[in-house]
Amino acid sequence: MQVPILKQGRYLIATIQAALSDEDLLQLRSTLLDRVVHFRSRGVVVDVTALDVMDSFATRTLRDITYMIRLRGADTVIVGIQPEVAFAMVQLGLTLEGVATALDLEEGLAHLEQRARLNP
Amino acid sequence: MPEDIRVAIRSNLDIVTARHEGRGLSIRIGFSATDATLIATAISELARNIVSYAREGEILLRVLNPGDLRGIMIVSRDSGPGIASIDDAMRDGFSTSGGLGLGLPGVRRLMDEFLIKSEPGEGTTVCVTKWLR
Repeated sequence: MQVPILKQGRYLIATIQAALSDEDLLQLRSTLLDRVVHFRSRGVVVDVTALDVMDSFATRTLRDITYMIRLRGADTVIVGIQPEVAFAMVQLGLTLEGVATALDLEEGLAHLEQRARLNP
Repeated sequence: MPEDIRVAIRSNLDIVTARHEGRGLSIRIGFSATDATLIATAISELARNIVSYAREGEILLRVLNPGDLRGIMIVSRDSGPGIASIDDAMRDGFSTSGGLGLGLPGVRRLMDEFLIKSEPGEGTTVCVTKWLR
């Protein structure tokens, strides 16, 4: 299951559309990093609205993606974590420390804009 | 009562299948979306342990219906290397595969009942249950 990545100006938007296997998640990690380098992107939004489970592997991979992209000087925002998914993550003891999250795509992009204004 | 569902776990794609089956069955027997997510997440962690540590095994899903109670039981079974110290494996943050080490204690928090049986060289069986309230 390929995750479509859309370029919108200085930002990239990756929209997960169905359940992802571990392999799909690792694929997303490398493709996103390639695209960030290729387009010299300043920020990335990863939309996880369609994910009905975020287990330890998915959480760790999303955190890795954020850290790797940060080393490129760009910001990442994870948007759309479903309330029951958030509940399960907390019960499982998973955290997204140091990772920006937002309600939806619109708020995610607003967060990136705000970050860009602070670090022009 | 629905038949048992067995999902053979051999690759990371089977993890997705197992949790999908688990969510479906949970919803069919009356669990809320939130509980179904907790159950699917627990299945995901158990199935991943099979792939990571034992390479192959099986997830069994069974509906329990004793008296007025109803619940779902998940049994994860493999004949992998087994766990040397269950005490260590049940501690948050312990891992031998570079993972988060949150698998088993986390699964225990997601479910109502948790049983584990493992011997080095004999494989591992984890049995967890969640009851409908």
